[in-house]
Amino acid sequence: MPEPIVEIKNLSVYFYTYAGVVKAIEDVSFDIYRGETLALVGETGCGKSVTSRAITKLIESPGKIVNGQVIYHRDDGSTVDLLKLSDEGIREIRGNEIAYIFQDPHSSLDPLYTVGYQIGEAMEVHGKVRNIKEGIAKAVNILREVLIPDPENRVKNYPHELSGGMKQRVVIGIGVANNPRLLIADEPTTALDVTVQAQILELLNELKRKYNATVLLITHNLGVVAETAQRVVVMYAGKVVEIGTVDQIFHNPLHPYTTALLRAVPNPLGKIEKLESIPGTVPNLITPPKGCRFHPRCPFAEERCRKEVPKLKEIEPGHFVACHRY
Amino acid sequence: MEPVLKVEGLKKYFPVRSLMRTVAWVKAVDGVSFEIMPGETFGLVGESGCGKTTTGRTILRLIEPTEGKITFKGRDVTQLKGKDLLWFRRHAQIMFQDPYSSLDPRQTVFNIIMEPVKFHGIEVDDPEEFVIKLLESVGLNEMHLYRYPHEFSGGQRQRIALAKILALQPDFVVLDEPTSALDVSVQANILNTLKELQRKHGFSYLFISHDLGVVKYMSHRMGVMYLGKLVEVGPAEKIFENPLHPYTQMLLSAIPIPDPELARQKKRMEVKGEPPSPINPPEGCHFHPRCPLAKAGLCDKKEPPLVEVEKDHYVACWLYAKA
Repeated sequence: MPEPIVEIKNLSVYFYTYAGVVKAIEDVSFDIYRGETLALVGETGCGKSVTSRAITKLIESPGKIVNGQVIYHRDDGSTVDLLKLSDEGIREIRGNEIAYIFQDPHSSLDPLYTVGYQIGEAMEVHGKVRNIKEGIAKAVNILREVLIPDPENRVKNYPHELSGGMKQRVVIGIGVANNPRLLIADEPTTALDVTVQAQILELLNELKRKYNATVLLITHNLGVVAETAQRVVVMYAGKVVEIGTVDQIFHNPLHPYTTALLRAVPNPLGKIEKLESIPGTVPNLITPPKGCRFHPRCPFAEERCRKEVPKLKEIEPGHFVACHRY
Repeated sequence: MEPVLKVEGLKKYFPVRSLMRTVAWVKAVDGVSFEIMPGETFGLVGESGCGKTTTGRTILRLIEPTEGKITFKGRDVTQLKGKDLLWFRRHAQIMFQDPYSSLDPRQTVFNIIMEPVKFHGIEVDDPEEFVIKLLESVGLNEMHLYRYPHEFSGGQRQRIALAKILALQPDFVVLDEPTSALDVSVQANILNTLKELQRKHGFSYLFISHDLGVVKYMSHRMGVMYLGKLVEVGPAEKIFENPLHPYTQMLLSAIPIPDPELARQKKRMEVKGEPPSPINPPEGCHFHPRCPLAKAGLCDKKEPPLVEVEKDHYVACWLYAKA
């Protein structure tokens, strides 16, 4: 039986804007198991980034976590609801036991400090080193670990002196500086070229093995999911629609949205006769459709789908779907 | 059959200036040649900075080429002036990547589509009906006629851009990453519309993209670019089945495959390095510092010529050419 490291329960985040209340995610529940790479996939605006940020309360005004629990299992076996922690308390965990890697390496780094200082600072604030000097000295090893050539000199570089791929390596270095137990990577390769993307994914996999960490990978790229994740959570319009292992999701997708999404992606190695597109567009989350949020675009929609919100049901071991057809 | 477009030895160098002096040249496009037949899609792939966008824009003379010959329907584009240039501007069109910056935010859809029609003096009996018909052929309708761009989603904006191109009945369209800013479900929709329009109107496309899956889906023939040069040209099927250039092989091995089983079986090749700067590209074959098969004394000294290895399949690599 896999042990969970984080259990997300009925999480809802709303954004209170002038146009109305945007229900960015509603009633999102899933577990992240220890040691796995879990992919959170979906299209723009489906709530995958909001979900990942809400785990450590990284939601800024006008956003608000209105409901839910994030149960975090500590190393000693005790559990804590991260959403109930004070700002101080959560800061001790964020960047330390739970670390983030964001999409854009250009904006995740401070242009005014050397990369060594920035890695050292991450260690210093969590008391892993006594002072920044020791931190910078340790940063050399971290740069070596993220495969940056000539780390002794690179540690003195400013972000603008590095290429996009190198910068993302530094960002990953900051992420793993404190040996996190859970690494949340939000579209870590979207801003990079494919050959660089392949190297960064490889590096993430290696670091995960080495530190025995758990990875939550947020991406819209189904290829990246198939190559790096063990399990997948599919989101649509702020809701979880399907959860399963990569093989279950790719070879036996149950939710009509997952099926449609897979048929819309051209596979460069497979035979492509015709791509199927999903009619309509992603709904507006201020007034999301009633019932199942996918029903206006679903070829199987019936009366029930328009009224009742489908619940997640386990169809086969480990394979959950929220659809009235099952 | 005559090609619609023939590009020979196209070069575009951008000056790098410092203290009012040109200190170096960025060789964005450095001797590119290919042809596109009527009704054909030629795909151009490569990583950022390889010169694929500059190639597309230079062909349309949105950027003046440094050197080379561009023949469009039998006429040398680089020499066109006045009325003839106007004729070229009408028959060769471009669709841009970013649907948020390529439409005028202060104009209605009707005006956006009619502006080039009026400019080129195309006679239209009933402009409203004309535009409605165009909108319908790209999957929009008359309800959208008097709306502004901000009221549309990214996919719908690309459709408006398409309707505008369609209004001029061009022969050739440069599609510069037309779906990179869109979600996959919307992307499939636009790609299918592009294919359908090609079938109906016989358009030729130059399809520029960094997404190999999309290029395979769209193209009949394709070229792989690296640092301003074409390293491999051939039928899309052949290049994907039997990539010859080590760079193409590396690219194919680096793209993530959306199928866990195929992904596990995939032949993996070590991917190393990052594309170097086009200001001072490596000597000889530009790819040699990243190439696992590079031969010292040859690949780092002499530039390989583009040779035909099998029918219609060209490669610029010393593995296939005689030194």
